[in-house]
Amino acid sequence: MPRRELPDVVVTGFGAVTPLGVGAGTLHDRWTAGTSAFQDGEAPCADFEPTDHLSKKEARRADRFTQFAVVASDEALAMAGWADELPYDPFRIGCVLGTGIGGIGTLEGNHDTLRDDGAENVSPLAIPLMMSNAGSAALSLRHCLGGPIFSVVSACAAGGHAIGTALRAIQCGDAQAVVTGGSEAALTPLSRASFASMSAVSPSGVSRPFDNRRDGFVMGEGAAVLVLEDGESARARGATILATVRGYGATGDAHHLTAPDTDGVGGARAMTLAMEDAGLTAADIDYVNAHGTSTQLNDRAETAALKLALGDHAYTIPVSSTKSAIGHLLGAAGAVEAVATIQALRERIAPPTLGYEEPEDGLDLDYVPRVAQPMKTARDDRAVALSNSFGFGGHNVTLCLETV
Amino acid sequence: MSTTTSAIETTVMESLKTFGAKAEDVTRDATWEAIDVDSLDLAELAQVVEDEHGVKMQGDDMKDIKTVGEAIDFITEKKAE
Repeated sequence: MPRRELPDVVVTGFGAVTPLGVGAGTLHDRWTAGTSAFQDGEAPCADFEPTDHLSKKEARRADRFTQFAVVASDEALAMAGWADELPYDPFRIGCVLGTGIGGIGTLEGNHDTLRDDGAENVSPLAIPLMMSNAGSAALSLRHCLGGPIFSVVSACAAGGHAIGTALRAIQCGDAQAVVTGGSEAALTPLSRASFASMSAVSPSGVSRPFDNRRDGFVMGEGAAVLVLEDGESARARGATILATVRGYGATGDAHHLTAPDTDGVGGARAMTLAMEDAGLTAADIDYVNAHGTSTQLNDRAETAALKLALGDHAYTIPVSSTKSAIGHLLGAAGAVEAVATIQALRERIAPPTLGYEEPEDGLDLDYVPRVAQPMKTARDDRAVALSNSFGFGGHNVTLCLETV
Repeated sequence: MSTTTSAIETTVMESLKTFGAKAEDVTRDATWEAIDVDSLDLAELAQVVEDEHGVKMQGDDMKDIKTVGEAIDFITEKKAE
């Protein structure tokens, strides 16, 4: 069945809270300068102080994952020129946010209370703070967004799924604009212990995607939010167009509960679908922001997937991993990496895979080792990237992003 | 003001400040609306009051109460029962 012609959807604002600091520009500047954010084997948002951005009541009413999302959304909406007034009927503006786990810090804290102090002392705020949809609910309240409002849960693919779902909501006419992204705050005892017990996290505490010595991912936290608008509507209101979400591909491995398919077939199909959705081919792709977790399995499977999807072009397109600088932000990763990708495209810079030194047999792509490189583009008037997000459960998402 | 009332007043007012109300706005005459207190705050307040004063409140006990002072008086009366 041929794909239907769909309206274009543009990005008019974005914001981020990452382990490199508050602000999308901070993420781009520090990553491209070669700065990483690891402390004692994790990548916390160490400088984030909620009451710098939120009232005392707002901060109390939000789990840390929601606080990150709110702060990122303020930056994104201000960039879009929405800070003072929404440009469309609020019922035509949606919010779709991704998260892997939701308010797990709240859950763990209240479980401690239940165990130590009894059921009658569990907080009335426990559910509203821990629920995985708390982020989209908070953004709806804060910005008066009245369209389709919900959250997407698909482990480490959630941020990518959220943006793809937002894209489709606009293309299908369910909304004129959607505030979308992902957030995560899972640096908690249960989360740490759970990932460690399945040998997913790096015992060395070093995130070095695609390097032969890689030994697992390093957990990070944070959020990114993007403002997506129907292209025609955005142009009519004179908005500054920062990027276009050209394509979206989503597949399932149907292979294993946690391990990726080593052949990379599912990931490759997600990339192929995203390029087809964009009406582009591998020859048009100037950069790939890899999922690149620094686990043995992912980086090998993703390299295989890139070769399947991009053919010979896979060897010449720069591929790098944001996780080399900020670790793995789980359900926020896809959104943060989309924001990083858009900035890389706009600046025509391929950001580096930090810590990459020792190649592994068969992992032989251009991983942009250690130092950012100028991005060569297939056409002078645009830059195009794929951004991959893969999640436990065999969830594969690829976004195709374009800037002028 | 009795010692009990004073202690309950302290609990209520300090709790409301902890929940996010501005200290200068938390007076006996302040309405819930004026200091942005909602049903979730009242549920939290009920927990603190029970914990500190042993006064157990039911879900809709506070439904007709509109001000900080009315809440303090209501809790004080319940404690005396």
